[in-house]
Amino acid sequence: MNFGFTQEQEMLRDQVRRFMTEACPMSTVRELTAKDAPFSEKLWDQIASLGWLGLIVPEQYGGIGLKWIDLALVLEETARGLSPLPILSQALASAAVLRAGNDEQRANWLPALASGEVRATLALYDEPNWFDAQAVTLTGIPVDDGIELHGRKPFVADAMSSNQLLLAYLGPAGLGLAAIGKSQVKVTEEPSMDVTKPTGSIILDHVQVSADRLMPISPEDLAYLADCGAVAVTAEMVGAADTTLTMTSNYAKERIQFGKPIGQYQGVKHRLADMFVDVESFRSLLYYAAWCIDDAVGELPRAISLAKGYASDAFVRIGIDGVGLHGAIGFTAEYDVQLYLKRSKWSRPMYGDSDYHLDRVATLGGI
Amino acid sequence: MDFEYTPEEQAFREEVRTFLAENLPRKAERGTDFLATWLAKVREKGWVGFSWPKEFGGSDGGLIEQTILREEMALAKAPPLGTSFMGLAWVGPGIMQYGTEAQKKKFIPDILDSKVTWCTGYSEPNHGSDLASIQCKAVREGDHYLVNGQKTWTTGAAFSQWIILLTRTSFDVEVKHNGITCLLVAMDSPGIDVRPIENMAGDRHFAEIFFTDVKVPVENRLGEEGDGWKVTVSALANERSSIGEVTQMFGKLDTLKALVKRTNRQGKPASKDPKVRRTLAVFEAKIAAMKYNGLRYLTKQIRGEPLTSETSVNKLHRASLEIEMDDFAVELTGQSGLQLKGGSDAVENGRWAKSSLNWPNVVIGGGTPNIQRNIIAERILGLPKD
Repeated sequence: MNFGFTQEQEMLRDQVRRFMTEACPMSTVRELTAKDAPFSEKLWDQIASLGWLGLIVPEQYGGIGLKWIDLALVLEETARGLSPLPILSQALASAAVLRAGNDEQRANWLPALASGEVRATLALYDEPNWFDAQAVTLTGIPVDDGIELHGRKPFVADAMSSNQLLLAYLGPAGLGLAAIGKSQVKVTEEPSMDVTKPTGSIILDHVQVSADRLMPISPEDLAYLADCGAVAVTAEMVGAADTTLTMTSNYAKERIQFGKPIGQYQGVKHRLADMFVDVESFRSLLYYAAWCIDDAVGELPRAISLAKGYASDAFVRIGIDGVGLHGAIGFTAEYDVQLYLKRSKWSRPMYGDSDYHLDRVATLGGI
Repeated sequence: MDFEYTPEEQAFREEVRTFLAENLPRKAERGTDFLATWLAKVREKGWVGFSWPKEFGGSDGGLIEQTILREEMALAKAPPLGTSFMGLAWVGPGIMQYGTEAQKKKFIPDILDSKVTWCTGYSEPNHGSDLASIQCKAVREGDHYLVNGQKTWTTGAAFSQWIILLTRTSFDVEVKHNGITCLLVAMDSPGIDVRPIENMAGDRHFAEIFFTDVKVPVENRLGEEGDGWKVTVSALANERSSIGEVTQMFGKLDTLKALVKRTNRQGKPASKDPKVRRTLAVFEAKIAAMKYNGLRYLTKQIRGEPLTSETSVNKLHRASLEIEMDDFAVELTGQSGLQLKGGSDAVENGRWAKSSLNWPNVVIGGGTPNIQRNIIAERILGLPKD
């Protein structure tokens, strides 16, 4: 029984934290996100060479061959500073190829994903708030050597910076993932609340996809990938929520009103204590869920629904109170805490909000 | 990270399970001498004061084995391992750490053998959360202290033979935490008057205690004069890990779910009501958070890393669950939920109605939620003290 990280894992955490603080501070995040389709080739190459893009890719495919718990730790750290780099999308695309690809597809895709040479994203559902196989509406019509895709993918994370798009579709033989080169489709960048999480929509007007670029999936595969998505998003929520708390605590220590630091007043300090309770709690639940992916996958649905069900509401409250406790300055565009509020709202519906996950907890618990 | 147990640990779990299967009859089959037999048997096993050093009659049980023991006992809904909860939880550990050889000899065996029950004299009418301001006075007069003052909310005072008592031996101190002395006092000492207080649930768990010229031999002082605060703080640090509690609360959640499944609301099964489903899931998420928080802290302890007040996190969860779970059952069952034992439409013979009124036992005793928030804010987040 050991629910802690190894020395190697702690070193990895330190490495990520140090690198992100130096190479991608908030000034860089703001610079990148001021442009359309925020991305940095330079940073991408650096993190690729550090091995973070191939963490869960087996060594035989050029990856590091670690587990989701290691990936969760990296995502937690990269999210501390709200980095707009599509590390999460790349990880989910890798997980999808690992789960659904045949030997040839794995050998084709995984090394390029691990090296960062291919930048990919995964888009599963086509409804804004419905996580079910029925919410995959992109249609695949069989043609010679493959299918023709017709429809729209409205919510594709990091679509603009990706060069390959893994899109879920429904064909006559069932569900599948199609790997599409971005040049084949029209990607529209959608204006959205959180500029550090660029999202695009894609129109597919009879797009031909050859058989070697198709990976059939079962509804169980789809659910598994959605659960992996929820683990990845919740890992980022841990890092971002923790930073919101630190930022707000630090402000409460410095801001003087009525002759005292506001952090001395219980109205402020108790709210901060409650934030700590929440971050600490969904952090524990998340670590367990991430561990489940590789070591107890049967427990994954309940474990991640407990974590994301808890985190979705808690982080939004933390985002709101983070801004609120800062007073008017927190409301300004210039001050960073507002970016965390936006990230909390972005995180809420991603791979299921609390209503979805808590209802699933009830169902899995026999209610 | 792994959640496996070693073969030795698994064998220990099996040993506990086997013991429970052989020695814990169903409630209906328990005779009048059941409890005495149970206490003797767990004592013989070395499971009372399991973590205590062997030299004091414990078993030197490791952290994981302690966890396993608590988990299995809670799972089997077994009775406690001794009759003196406070004796086992902090009086015994306090005496082992600060007591004289004579005190260890005199008090420790009786705690382990369930011969003596202890209560805890901390709170006073004017000093609850602000414990260090206590005024109950002890004046040294030769070979004894003369104690005058009042304690209150003392759980179990009416049936305890001994009390661990915080007194003020010096009023002339710059810092209120100095000048406090801890005494071990026999409850049958002349000058002690115990008056039970009825709580809102109609129970008489706690009492107020009046001390009038009570003589306490100096040999019954625990630690040095003026060191009482240190003794108390480190005694309270001997808190149990929350693992046993978590098992208990998962059990309580199961009974709540069973209640939901046989309850209708507005003519429809309650189990289909989104609010009901969500509420149950929130309970489950909080209990699971307590579990995994607890395991993370346990891992830290095993590695010898210091814990910085993280246990307050689980105490806050526990407090809110204690209030909300019973209240949920009462609300769920409408007017039936209000009926007490004996009511024609009472739910589970008034069990939830009763327990929904007893939450302050857990929520207020041992530090209110706001005190826990102060602890987290000041010791973990580094915010300035009030």
